[in-house]
Amino acid sequence: MTPKGVSQLTKPEGMLTWRDLEIGSIVVEPGNASQYQTGDWRSERPIFDTNKCIKCGICYIFCPEGCVEQNAEGYFEADLFYCKGCGICARECWTKAITMVPEEE
Amino acid sequence: MAKRIGIEVSLAIAEAAKLADVDVVAAYPITPQTHIVEHLAELVANGELDAAYIPVESEHSAMSACLGASAAGARTFTATAGQGLELMHEVLYVASSMQLPVVMAVANRALSAPLSVWGDHSDVMAVRDTGWIQLFVENGQEAVDNVLCAFRIGEDPRVLLPVMIHLDGFHLTHMIEPLLFPEQSQVDKFIPPYQHPMPLHPDRPVTMGAFAPPIIYFETKKAQEVNLEAAKEVILQCWDNFGKTFQRYYSPVECYRSEDARVLLLTMGSFSETAMTAIDKMRGEGREVGLLRLRLWRPFPFDEIRQAVGNAEVLIVLDRALSFGGPGGPVCSEVRSALYSEDKRPKVIGFVGGLGGRDITPAGFEEIVDRGIEISQKGSDQEFEIFGVRE
Ligand code: SF4
Ligand code: SF4
Repeated sequence: MTPKGVSQLTKPEGMLTWRDLEIGSIVVEPGNASQYQTGDWRSERPIFDTNKCIKCGICYIFCPEGCVEQNAEGYFEADLFYCKGCGICARECWTKAITMVPEEE
Repeated sequence: MAKRIGIEVSLAIAEAAKLADVDVVAAYPITPQTHIVEHLAELVANGELDAAYIPVESEHSAMSACLGASAAGARTFTATAGQGLELMHEVLYVASSMQLPVVMAVANRALSAPLSVWGDHSDVMAVRDTGWIQLFVENGQEAVDNVLCAFRIGEDPRVLLPVMIHLDGFHLTHMIEPLLFPEQSQVDKFIPPYQHPMPLHPDRPVTMGAFAPPIIYFETKKAQEVNLEAAKEVILQCWDNFGKTFQRYYSPVECYRSEDARVLLLTMGSFSETAMTAIDKMRGEGREVGLLRLRLWRPFPFDEIRQAVGNAEVLIVLDRALSFGGPGGPVCSEVRSALYSEDKRPKVIGFVGGLGGRDITPAGFEEIVDRGIEISQKGSDQEFEIFGVRE
């Protein structure tokens, strides 16, 4: 399943042959960078503790991937398709509501 | 009618770019290329050429500015040499990968250190794999003609690739020669307007030179290789058309008295003219020697080389660049590997000479041929020969 926020392109990059490319490999369809699963890089993922969270949105502002979103209850969570596990959100959260947990756990 | 004018070759190249009606010139002066861009600056300042001349702070910026201009759909020209070419190195790959048909004259110059402003092909060989179409010219007329051809080839919608025209620094750039310039109307007909199919434009946004993860990068490189290979057909068509229009013909490998030659010499650039004098003398003495002049360096003309070598028994290749610790000169390596799979192939003997502006006289070429024949018979404990260095 393609996660929310990923552009629906005529063909995903992984299916393009060299013949399908435009001259100079120009990208004509906007938003194809959204297909890039930066979540692949992650070795640790952020776990959000709703008991400590004060819904301030600092994690949302600092996330360099722009992948932290607010859910229906007003709490924040990371889209793991893009979250690269940098830990910035955990570092910036002043109530220490975010813990980085190794992927293998 | 075409006019014959006595003019320095550098200025003639600038005049050819003017005839091609370039829109943008971004360049940084460097010896021995300076006169080319100086004259272009003059033409623009005097209102004789309606173009934007961008004086930049380095060659890296010169090529970067050229990319932007070409991507926006402007016909773009620049020139450089030696260290300047090396400084723009990384941007050269971007030009070819993004298929931007910038035309650049390179006044071939030795590389530092020690500092040398004089000619050889070290600068060319360092940019061999940048994906540009690369041509060598031997004299002023070839330079003018091929600047015009370069725009037509590079901007052809089937090609869209940048083109380098290599001419020897000083040995060629600073010569004054009687040259034929075609009429403006002929040039206008010969070079159709440049139309990039997807130029940068706010109304039709595209992404050029995007990030490519492993899932797609290799596909882009294969496409690039196929495109550069396919450009050869268009280059041949262009030269054919140029010949029919202007009565001067060019080919990827020029043969000079090579028919039935048992021994062939292969050169690139203006030294070929001196080599011809030597071949004439040796032919006059009844020796079966001939000359091949490699004009098209990229895409490499494999078939033409094999055909031109024919039944020769010895092929002596002169490089004006040294691959330190390697097999000698890059041209010799490539020619040798192009011939290796042939059932019948000549012995290929490599010479490196003429570095940093060192001359090779006609007598020098005779010496090279004699020594090459000797090595072909007796062998040598060297991978290649260095010619013209005091022992
Ligand atoms: S920074 Fe911490 S407290 Fe603030 S919204 Fe994010 S998780 Fe909650
Ligand atoms: S770990 Fe980094 S990428 Fe993942 S949600 Fe936190 S700030 Fe964003």
